Amino acid sequence: MKLDSKIPEGPIGEKWTKHKFKLKLVNPANRRKYDIIVVGTGLAGSSAAASLGEMGYNVKAFCFQDSPRRAHSIAAQGGINSAKNYRNDGDSVYRLFYDTVKGGDYRAREANVHRLAEVSVNIIDQCVAQGVPFAREYGGLLDNRSFGGAQVARTFYARGQTGQQLLLGAYSALERQVNEGTVKQYTRHEMLDVVTVDGVARGIVTRDLVTGEIESHSAHAVLLCTGGYGNVFYLSTNAQGCNVTAAWRAHKKGALFGNPCFTQIHPTCIPVSGDHQSKLTLMSESLRNDGRVWVPAKVGDKRLASEIPESERDYFLERKYPSFGNLVPRDVASRNAKEMCDLGKGVGASGLAVYLDFADSIKRLGEDAVRAKYGNLFDMYAQITGENPYKTPMRIYPAVHYTMGGLWVDYNLSTTVKGLYALGEANFSDHGANRLGASALMQGLADGYFVIPSTLSDYLAEIGPKAIDATHPAFAEAVKAVKDRTNKFLAINGTKTANEYHKELGKIMWEYCGMARNEAGLKKAQKMIQELRADFWKNLKVTGEAGELNTTLERAGRVADFLELGELMVVDALNRNESCGGHFREEYQTDENEAQRDDDNYAYVAAWEYKGDNQPEELHKEALVFENVKLTQRSYK
Amino acid sequence: MAGHMNITLKVWRQKNANTKGKLVSYDAKDVSPDMSFLEMIDEVNEVLIKKGEEAIAFDHDCREGICGMCSMVIDGRPHGPKEGITTCQLHMRSFKDGDTITIEPWRAKGFPVVKDLVVDRSAFDRIIQAGGYISVNTGVTIDANAIAISKQDSDKAFDAATCIGCGACVAACKNASAMLFLSAKVSQLSLLPQGHPERKSRVENMLQQMEDEGFGNCSNTGACSVECPKEISQEHIARLNREFIAAKASSENV
Repeated sequence: MKLDSKIPEGPIGEKWTKHKFKLKLVNPANRRKYDIIVVGTGLAGSSAAASLGEMGYNVKAFCFQDSPRRAHSIAAQGGINSAKNYRNDGDSVYRLFYDTVKGGDYRAREANVHRLAEVSVNIIDQCVAQGVPFAREYGGLLDNRSFGGAQVARTFYARGQTGQQLLLGAYSALERQVNEGTVKQYTRHEMLDVVTVDGVARGIVTRDLVTGEIESHSAHAVLLCTGGYGNVFYLSTNAQGCNVTAAWRAHKKGALFGNPCFTQIHPTCIPVSGDHQSKLTLMSESLRNDGRVWVPAKVGDKRLASEIPESERDYFLERKYPSFGNLVPRDVASRNAKEMCDLGKGVGASGLAVYLDFADSIKRLGEDAVRAKYGNLFDMYAQITGENPYKTPMRIYPAVHYTMGGLWVDYNLSTTVKGLYALGEANFSDHGANRLGASALMQGLADGYFVIPSTLSDYLAEIGPKAIDATHPAFAEAVKAVKDRTNKFLAINGTKTANEYHKELGKIMWEYCGMARNEAGLKKAQKMIQELRADFWKNLKVTGEAGELNTTLERAGRVADFLELGELMVVDALNRNESCGGHFREEYQTDENEAQRDDDNYAYVAAWEYKGDNQPEELHKEALVFENVKLTQRSYK
Repeated sequence: MAGHMNITLKVWRQKNANTKGKLVSYDAKDVSPDMSFLEMIDEVNEVLIKKGEEAIAFDHDCREGICGMCSMVIDGRPHGPKEGITTCQLHMRSFKDGDTITIEPWRAKGFPVVKDLVVDRSAFDRIIQAGGYISVNTGVTIDANAIAISKQDSDKAFDAATCIGCGACVAACKNASAMLFLSAKVSQLSLLPQGHPERKSRVENMLQQMEDEGFGNCSNTGACSVECPKEISQEHIARLNREFIAAKASSENV
């Protein structure tokens, strides 16, 4: 298989404009003859489904939740980047592009990132027109704040609930199309397979989560907007339902998986409190605008924070990175927190936490001003920990938050399966080895509102509006395979729950494929995952029936796929003999313990091809060519 | 372990929409005060599965109080005894050793039970479909800063927009009215200039849809705002009423 990224010719600033002009169009009168399936209704899915519906296509939108508005984009707190330069502080499309490629530690595709920066300005216009209540200044115009990895203030926000407001905007556009009859919405439906005919995507198989019915749906194109796979770690900031199943099923049907080991560990999360814990809660990165990160300077200092004098504190980010200070990118902040804890300077009962202290800001701005900015985050912290962050510093520790890896897509967002597209976090394309804060919302909406409407039309024009033959045996075969698998989960009747397997897998992933990785650990992890997977299929226990609402059964299917993905992540991490962004291999670091890239040998996207159950996957390389951004050792000092 | 509790749960179990349900007792043993309420139920479910029984079905997803999916009436109160939070944000330190806790689904004609604690809230989607949006297609070319909106109005619109669509307002209301939910959207969009062109048809159509879905009318008891995890104010219902009267006074739908 030869990977063709389809990057358009020409200067970086003209590629997208020229490309759009060259793409074929579908006549408005013909559009209703095309069926399009959109799986997932987060920012990417809702915006894509609404936009394609508005254009006149026949859209079916699927989500496993009870309403499209529940998708986990809703939980994004801090903001969305856009190169509006409303602050007059030197921002531009080119600077946003440059910051994003650099922030991703030079493992993203230049052309995609530039397009993202270009359409970022349209996104804000679109959202405001929909009634998204972004923060405003007293003059009535939009406010901005700054975020990690940038020296300009380009982040638009809606208090600490930006994701919620953006998703509700996209959701309202989607519901409008449901009302118009262009979109049919299938809630509480989980996609369990892609149907391909001669290697081309022609539909999907879903399970109705209420009745248990397994059915197929045909379409001219299938768009996977199914988010990331951070829950492979069991504990993450993802919602409970977030899973890799749709993407993984697509992978097994021929879609290559790009950079699976690129995981973002977010530095500011509430630390783990016990073994019962089901998820971790993020505290927005925006807190690092006003909070100072520190640990006791002395190893093993167990005094209360208030008893440790200023001179015996180590504000390690400010000390090591004077120009970016507490606002270094996420991977750098996370790794430094881990380093402090590994040195024995961690705080709290577990020793696995560092302080995020607002005392100085409260002194400077007053408690009310701090409350106005971060009130909901402080309340959330108090609710979870039982501590008052206005009086004592927050305790924070890194947690899995986002996955930069995902289905490999070309410039048109097409996977390696014709007719199958991946948008938003589900694809791999824009964030390289580390995503900058406030860029996930930007990418989800860029893909859905502005990229896919153009690129998909080109494909549809090429294949023509002839109806898809839903009686093709491939549909019945795919349905049967899903039914067999579902029945198998119920038939094992062992002794361990899916949740127990998930927890064990998570521990392996976090220990050996988390913030720091090394060859010996990864090899050990691979073996452990293989053994755990074999045991899963022998000893799993699922109760209830197939033909009803059965949350235990749903969980089993998702964990089964995580058990396969986990191994691929480990294999990918083993293959990449360098450190870059969120992928930190202990063997490859600079004298100052920073990530040491190997651009001569690893400036490529690792795209993995599935070769059959329990068979090694085949590696394909897409070389990354940097014509505009100069590759340097990232420095935030 | 020190500080751990033993709690008795009385949980509504109902096989599906067509069967009768009943309260069933379960023991939740060795509960840590640091657990969230849903984590406590996770543990009970693990025990049930291991015994070969069906897990208690309940809706949940983000577990950080924003998706609006979790929905339980705990000891008679939607989202439990504490104000301003969702069930997933409720922690067991709010309870004590030996407590008996009754857990039921949202109860309303507009929210039929699907199974156990899971209800069907698709009526809320249909109310939004009736007009809870600004009719603007993708591809707007007006610069976002072309319209100035006073910070005061923008903040008020935001307060309304924080509604998570969980349905606690309906569960709390003796008439099972969805008026607080409705008013949050109507208020948000009527406070913003972008929402003005459709303000009359929006309020009329959404109210009609609410009625069609079987939700009752508002009788201003205010229980909805008290139980709302986002503390959406009654002020928005007042604004909805003003919008509705203004719309009716000049409506073409008479």
